[in-house]
This record gives sequence, structure tokens and C-alpha cells, in this order.
Amino acid sequence: MYQLVLCLRYLRTRWIALASIISVTLGVATLVVVNAVMAGFRHEMQDRIHGVLSDLVFESQSLDGAADPDAHMAKISEAAGGLIASMSPTAQVPAMLSFKNGSHHITRQIMLIGIDAKSYSEVSDVGRYLQHPNNRESLDFALRESGYDTIDHQAEDPSKAKPRTRMALAGWEHRRRVAEVARRQAERMAILREQSIGPQPATETAKNPFAAAAGEPEGQTFDAAVEQHDGLVLGMSLAAFRDAEGQDHFWVMPGDDVEITYPTAARPPKPGSSYFTVVDLYESKMSDYDSSFAFVPLVKLQKLRGMYDPLTGVGRFNSIQIRCKPGVDIDEVRERLRAAFDPRLYAVSTWRDKQGPLLAAVQMETAVLNVLLFMIIAVAGFGILAIFYMIVVEKTRDIGILKSLGASGLGVAGVFLGYGLTLGIVGAGAGVAGGLLFVRNINQIADFISWLQGQEVFPPDVYFFQRIPTIVDPWTPALVALGALMIAVLASVAPAIRAGRLHPVVALRSE
Amino acid sequence: MPLTEVLPMSSLATAPLIEARDVRKTYRKASVALNVLRGVDLCVYEGEMISIVGQSGSGKSTLLHLLGTLDAPDEGQILYRGQRVDNAPRSARDRLRNAELGMIFQAYHLLPELTALENVLAPAMVRHGVFAYWSRRQALRARATELLERVGLGSRMLHKPRELSGGEMQRTAIARALMNEPRLLLADEPTGNLDRSTGEGVIELLRGLNLDDGLTVVMVTHDAAIAAAADRQVTLVEGRVETTGTPDRRRQA
Repeated sequence: MYQLVLCLRYLRTRWIALASIISVTLGVATLVVVNAVMAGFRHEMQDRIHGVLSDLVFESQSLDGAADPDAHMAKISEAAGGLIASMSPTAQVPAMLSFKNGSHHITRQIMLIGIDAKSYSEVSDVGRYLQHPNNRESLDFALRESGYDTIDHQAEDPSKAKPRTRMALAGWEHRRRVAEVARRQAERMAILREQSIGPQPATETAKNPFAAAAGEPEGQTFDAAVEQHDGLVLGMSLAAFRDAEGQDHFWVMPGDDVEITYPTAARPPKPGSSYFTVVDLYESKMSDYDSSFAFVPLVKLQKLRGMYDPLTGVGRFNSIQIRCKPGVDIDEVRERLRAAFDPRLYAVSTWRDKQGPLLAAVQMETAVLNVLLFMIIAVAGFGILAIFYMIVVEKTRDIGILKSLGASGLGVAGVFLGYGLTLGIVGAGAGVAGGLLFVRNINQIADFISWLQGQEVFPPDVYFFQRIPTIVDPWTPALVALGALMIAVLASVAPAIRAGRLHPVVALRSE
Repeated sequence: MPLTEVLPMSSLATAPLIEARDVRKTYRKASVALNVLRGVDLCVYEGEMISIVGQSGSGKSTLLHLLGTLDAPDEGQILYRGQRVDNAPRSARDRLRNAELGMIFQAYHLLPELTALENVLAPAMVRHGVFAYWSRRQALRARATELLERVGLGSRMLHKPRELSGGEMQRTAIARALMNEPRLLLADEPTGNLDRSTGEGVIELLRGLNLDDGLTVVMVTHDAAIAAAADRQVTLVEGRVETTGTPDRRRQA
């Protein structure tokens, strides 16, 4: 009984011990926060990765692809049994994107993906990431008149997202304006040319029907103000960049034309080049994807690369995206497909396999952070050890008194073990409470620190999150608190043993 | 009921409550050996109040610690009611101290975090576990209150030791020593830190406990006037008993 009474009394009267436990509190709080943020981050990433990728990807090992997607899909259906909900063939090829930015060209390396708009939306959440509300409903490679989002529709708090005011112009309106500027410029150029080298025969192009095919400037037969090239959906980071304030600046908007250069499927591959009109922008907020993906209609890509047999109408594909029925174990489907197809020709992977290294890296980071922070709590444990030793020394006489009253060595040791436990409960409890409170208000805290420093703590251009994602798994705080408790108790073992072993006479005589 | 009236004189002579037999104790500090006790024999009979006197360093406090089983003699034996206790297991000695002995000290030795009442309850807290204590807390509290009232501290029960005077602290210590109804009270210079009149008050209290309750008291002191209050005086000189006084001398109040 005296152990309990003394523990509680010491807890109220020894402020220094409470101070020593603050480090445990802070360590526990930090661990809770870090785990919540990392779990939120991981969940957000998985969500996004899964949103971009379908459940399973069935890939041809060849860049030129495999012929006849329908036959393959039939075989996949058969191999997987009734577990598959939908499939969509795609063709992808590394390509080069270039577009005009003022007077010079910007060139980017991209992954050009040919998709069948209708079936592709069934296997992945591509629609979710587009900027035009109608395209989100059903993707169309025809340019929309206008109505593109000016506020990021994925922002958790739209009032905080920086408006993309220029997107208000995007669409045909933008296209007509650009065409008008180009037409006037061409006129001016024509006048200048006339002035310098005299009038040209105005009827030449009209007379010669092959002029356009022979390399005449496109503008003369292709009226950009009313016509568009084949549509292309461009990754957001290819079309725009985000400055430190989180404001997006656009190089390319829906309505602009871009030039794509790609290798043909011939042997050896030769470069082919073609114009596309940007019809929408794709923003998955996974910077890997947003800075490399460009979607075009599958048939168009097959034709351009020579992956299409015009006689039979059968195309070639690089991969088939598969969405499984809800609740199906996709690893099992993967194994079935792997068994059914020759692995030298086809690779089958789940979305997790595809992003395995990234997810593993996040997992690893979490583990390392946990180890490091636990070390901090362990360091705090040594602080407790030192303070407890001091308290035992200070309480030497009281220990002697207790022993003279008939308290056993074990019982006296129990006072200090119990004290350690009590402090651990207080420290870990306060830490968990503080950590959870922090997690709950993490965005307000981030805003406050930003305001204090005048600098974004969590810059949206780096992380693409407007808000810091957090998930609290109830087991994590529980385990962290348990660990901290154990450290506090372990740290009090040595002082407690010392107290238990004190000789009563020596203890009573100490001043 | 005073034990002296129940027990005939002859039985007192035959059954010592606590006994030291040829007890020797040597303290070693570095290479210097200090022979504190060099063969002490002492019998304390039930119902007696004796004082151990001697100069500083004569070993009287050490003898008291040995009697209280706080320390073990190097040689010789300590017997409590005929049973050897100096070599008894630790737990048996802890139980003996808790249930049979009460101790008071020159420096009072109250627990500073606890109130006077809680200090008095401390031996009961040591004796009982949480549940046992909880279930009889009312009876224990009543007893502690009664003890404090008896030593004249009924109005100071909720004060911390630092808010009490020396005499009050010593009275609290006496109440604490009585909490578990011991047979033997060991007092180590109980008036050493008190002025004369307060000290006399404390001695009177002890004397009263001895006479009214038959509590056996062994008191160490270097003050001849205080020592004279006891039934007999045992004088220690250089670790040996010089005089033991008259065992059957009795001062009836």
C-alpha cells in the first residue's frame, strides 16, 4: 500500500522527475505524429498509384507489341475465370514531346500511351484526374469549347488552392485566338516578303494540289481556327510548372498543338513525327506520372507506328490493363495469368509490383524514422535513470525509515519501480494525447509555422498535397505508449535495486 | 491492562522479551577496524523500561540497531522471546520490525511527503497490501486518529512534518511506532533534539505508555536526568556493559 501512496505523492511533489519524463512525452508524441503522417502519405500514394494503374497489367515484352488484343483478352478471361471485371488494351512507347514556348521550342521526354478512351476509363481512374468536367464523365479526344476547371477539383480545400485563371480561356476559344495571332503574323510576314522580293504568283498553291503533301506550311490547308489534330491528354507537369507560392504557370493549355516524335515499329525503328492537339490535362498528383504521361487514341498510335494492319483491321498492343472484380485477390489472378502465358513473351504484374520500390521506400522510411525516434525515447530513458538515481540518493533516509518500519527490500524497490511506471504512464499518456492533438490540427499548425517563418512548411509544389494527409492506426499509439512505458520502467530498475539494497542503518544515518 | 499486574515478578525474571548474548560488532572503514561492541550481554524483560547510557561512541546506538534487527552482529546472538532473530531470514526480520517493534529516533524520521496522520498509518500501509488496507481503512484511520489524540496532536493530524515543532514530530513518531501494537519500543536518543521541557514531556509519554500499557521500552540516551526516568540504567563503556542496574527495581507511579 505504501508503494502506491508514495508513488502518487512523489509524482505530485517531484517536479524534476516530471521534467525528465517530458522527453519521453515528446518522443512519444513525435512518433505518433510521424506514424500518422507516414501512414497518411502511404495511403494517399497507394490511392493515387492505384488510381493511375489498373489492378493488373499484362504486358508484351516487346516494344513492338503483340498482335490481336481481342484474342489475348479472350484467353486472359478464360485463364482468370470469372474474376475479371474489364480489360483495355493499350500501346505505349517512349517518345519526345515538343512545343513552342514564345520564340523557342521546349522538348520533353514522355511516355506516349495509346488508349481506348471508353474501355480504359473502366479499368483505371484516369477520368478522375482530368480538368474538364465532361471529360471526367467520359473522356473524349475532341477539344471542348471551354469550361475547363480554374480551381483544382481535387483540392481538399478549394478555397485554399491557387486559382488557375488562364484555364478559363482554354479550349476552342484559346485555339481560335492562337490561330488568329498566327494568321496575322503570317500576313505580316507575307507583306514583308512581298516588299523585299516582290509579288509571288498567288495562284501557285491553288493550281498544284500536291503542294500540301510536298511540304507546304500546314497552315495553308489546315485551318487551326476550326480544325484540330488528333486529341492528346498531356500530363500536368509537362504542360505547366508550379512556383514556390503554389501558383501554376502554363506552357501549354487545352487548344494548343504539340509535336510528338516517336519510333516506328519498323526494323530498325525510324523516327516518326506528328502533331496533336492538347484536349485536356492529366493531374494524378504523382509527379512521376504527371511529368511523363501523354495519352492519345489507341488506333491513332497504332496507325502512326505501323502497329495496325489496314487489311484485317487488327492492331498490335503493348499491354492490356485489367481490372478485377471487387474483393478478388489480385495476386491470385496474377499467378493464374503467369501460369497461362509464356513469361518470355508476357509479363504480368499487379499495381503494387509496378510501384513496389516506391511503396517499399516509404515503408522503409517509416521504419527508419521509428527506430531513430525510439532511440530518442531510449535516450530519455537514460535521463530518467539519472534523475531516479538522484531521487534515490535524496530519499535515502526515507528508505531507511521504511525499512525500520518493516518494509522489505523488494517492497522499497517496488516504490521506485512503481514510480517509474507511474511516470511512464503520465509521460506516454501525455505524449499520445499531445501527438493525437497535433495530428488532428496538423494543417493549422503547418499554417501557423508557415506564417511564423514566412515560408511554406509543406510546399505544395513539392508534395502535391494541399493538406498534410494523416491516418491514425489505433495500434500505433498503443504500441508506442507501451514501448515508452517499458523504457521508463527499465530505466527505474537500477535505481530501484539500489534503493532495495540500501542498508537500513546506513540509510537512517544519512543526512 | 498493564502487563506488570498480570505477570508475576518471577515470570519477568525467567522470560526476557529481548536478549543480547555476547554481541560483538566491528565497523571497518578503509583499513581501520573499529570495535564498537565487544561482547555485550543484555536482557530486557517484558514490561520494563530501561535506558542505555554511555558516552558518544560507546556503542549504545549500535546495540539498539542490533536489537531492532536493522543490523546483524558479527558475533553473538539476538533473541526475541527466546527465538534467535539475528540470523533469521530477511522477511522474518521485516515482519518482526513491522509487527512487534516500534522505533523512534533522535531526528524523528518522519516521511516528509506524508501528513502526520499518514505517517502514523505508514506501518499499517507497510503491513497490508492495497486491497487489505483498503478494506480496513476506516478502522486503521480510527486507530491512527486515536493514537494522535493520545499524544496530544488531535488538531495537527493533517499537517506535514515540516509544519510541526520538534516535540510534535517526536510525538507523531511515537504514535507511528505504536500503530501496529508492538510489544517493544526502541528509542534512540528520543530527546536529543528537544529542549528540556519538551524532552521531559516526551519521556513522560513513554513512561506512561510503559506503565499504563505495559509497553516494554528500551531507550538510548546520554542524558543522565532522562535516563533516571527508566526502571534501570544499563551503562555502556567502550563496547561493554559496565553496570546493568537493578533488574527488579520498579517505580510504580
